[in-house]
Amino acid sequence: MAHFAKPAEGSWTEHLKIDKAPLSYEDSVSPEFYRQEQDAIFRRTWLNVGRVEQLPRNGSYFTKELDAARTSVIVVRGTDGEVRAFHNICRHRGNKLMWNEFPREETSGMCRQFTCKYHAWRYNLDGSLNFVQQEGEFFDLDKSEYGLMPVRCEVWEGFIFVNLDNANKTPLREYLGEFGRGIEGYPFHKLTQVHKYRAEIGSNWKLFIDAFAEFYHAPILHSGQYTPEEARKIQKYGYEAIAYDVDGPHGMVSSWGGIAPPKAKAMVKPIERALASGLFGPWDAPDIGLTTEQLPPAINPARHQHWGMDSFVFFPNFMLLIWRPNWVLTYHYWPTSHNTHIFEGTAYFVPPKNAFERLQQELAVVSFKEYGLQDGNTLEATQTMLESRIIPELPLNDQEVLLRHLHNTAAKYVRDYQQSKTATPVGAS
Amino acid sequence: MACFPVDFADLEPFADWALPTERERYGKRITSTMAQLQEFYDAAFPRLEAGTDYLQKVQLDGIAEDDKHLLWLFCALVTVAFAVEAWRQPRVPDSGAASIDSVVEPVP
Repeated sequence: MAHFAKPAEGSWTEHLKIDKAPLSYEDSVSPEFYRQEQDAIFRRTWLNVGRVEQLPRNGSYFTKELDAARTSVIVVRGTDGEVRAFHNICRHRGNKLMWNEFPREETSGMCRQFTCKYHAWRYNLDGSLNFVQQEGEFFDLDKSEYGLMPVRCEVWEGFIFVNLDNANKTPLREYLGEFGRGIEGYPFHKLTQVHKYRAEIGSNWKLFIDAFAEFYHAPILHSGQYTPEEARKIQKYGYEAIAYDVDGPHGMVSSWGGIAPPKAKAMVKPIERALASGLFGPWDAPDIGLTTEQLPPAINPARHQHWGMDSFVFFPNFMLLIWRPNWVLTYHYWPTSHNTHIFEGTAYFVPPKNAFERLQQELAVVSFKEYGLQDGNTLEATQTMLESRIIPELPLNDQEVLLRHLHNTAAKYVRDYQQSKTATPVGAS
Repeated sequence: MACFPVDFADLEPFADWALPTERERYGKRITSTMAQLQEFYDAAFPRLEAGTDYLQKVQLDGIAEDDKHLLWLFCALVTVAFAVEAWRQPRVPDSGAASIDSVVEPVP
């Protein structure tokens, strides 16, 4: 039974010109394919590493481990206020420059310059080398040639991105395409109350994006969010999105309103009734200076009256969820091997005015964590069985169209990169 | 010494739930028995329902110590509510050894 109209072609998959055949998931179990993804994707695309609020003052910095790109970067706000990024490596003997206690853990703070722990080489916040211990012992050392290795860094709507490919000149805004432009103007800067979660997940990075890029699973795996009677009704109802769209490597799904607020209070659990909040956020939206109707055009693109949230998948690993009650969730998936990754989920709210609003937000983020735990463990169960290679291909339905787009896009990046390598004569790069 | 505002004095026996971080609150949940969770829930839930007006008057800037403890106690109630209302067990079903840890959260 159709609840939302499909495009004239009869399906979203056909409308978006994506093939319908069962899909091989070899790309999620092959160590070799993962190595190719590292070079073709994670060293060549714009990666979101944080937000400008993490760099409140000149001299604020944080580091980001990018295992998949085989590096670590320092992101810093310079004395001139500019946000820059550098490879987190000292030019002298290659020590990791900024870290505390554990070399593989991320760090952040404030400083006037970066000082290497090893031999105290010092760098200005713009990356230039300003001090070499016992400089006279070196041989014709020109300090101007030994600044930190820069990484391309651009900011979109307060989100800081890096790109490790110095040869790729595509500006960030162009890379983010129609969805990026159509989201611009959303008041992210007003959503400064942050809750961030982190998990080590035993699956390929794409499998967790798959899990959040379709809601076909929600009435089944997450039926616990409803009262038992309501859960049965919703399972029977199933899930359909309002709309799907793709633009270049990116994709989005626009979804109906769910339970913020529920049609009837009897649908939801007692704690949700008491706090008027839940997985979809506090039911009363705070003022962000825009009404739902005034949201930028890429958000609720169908301008549907039952709209509840949009989920944008910015390739490769940045997901942005904008919820009708004026809050935002971001997901990041940082691969650490072909069958492991680190997941980060960050919730952004308008700062609460009082203790009750603080509790409403707590319920929203704790709900996200509870259901995320179900998702995370299910993924490990999927990964181990996919690795058995018992079934060669998976049938994906029309509500799983973004999964096809993600896996197809990863394959295309790997293929294009391989071709560009074979097309370039050795030594001619 | 009283932990909570006078109007919430009946919650003093549950003062050990007034933990400042989500990680501690979740940790206490999964190491408690269902009987313990139910007892805390039964005591705290009606006080949350009746306490909405009070909580809406508590400003977070310069929050008093007793109000801060009350806020943390109700944050713990939010964490415990899932076990009591949805899962009927301390852990999320089928979550095995999986963990999702809070790494940044607001103070208070």
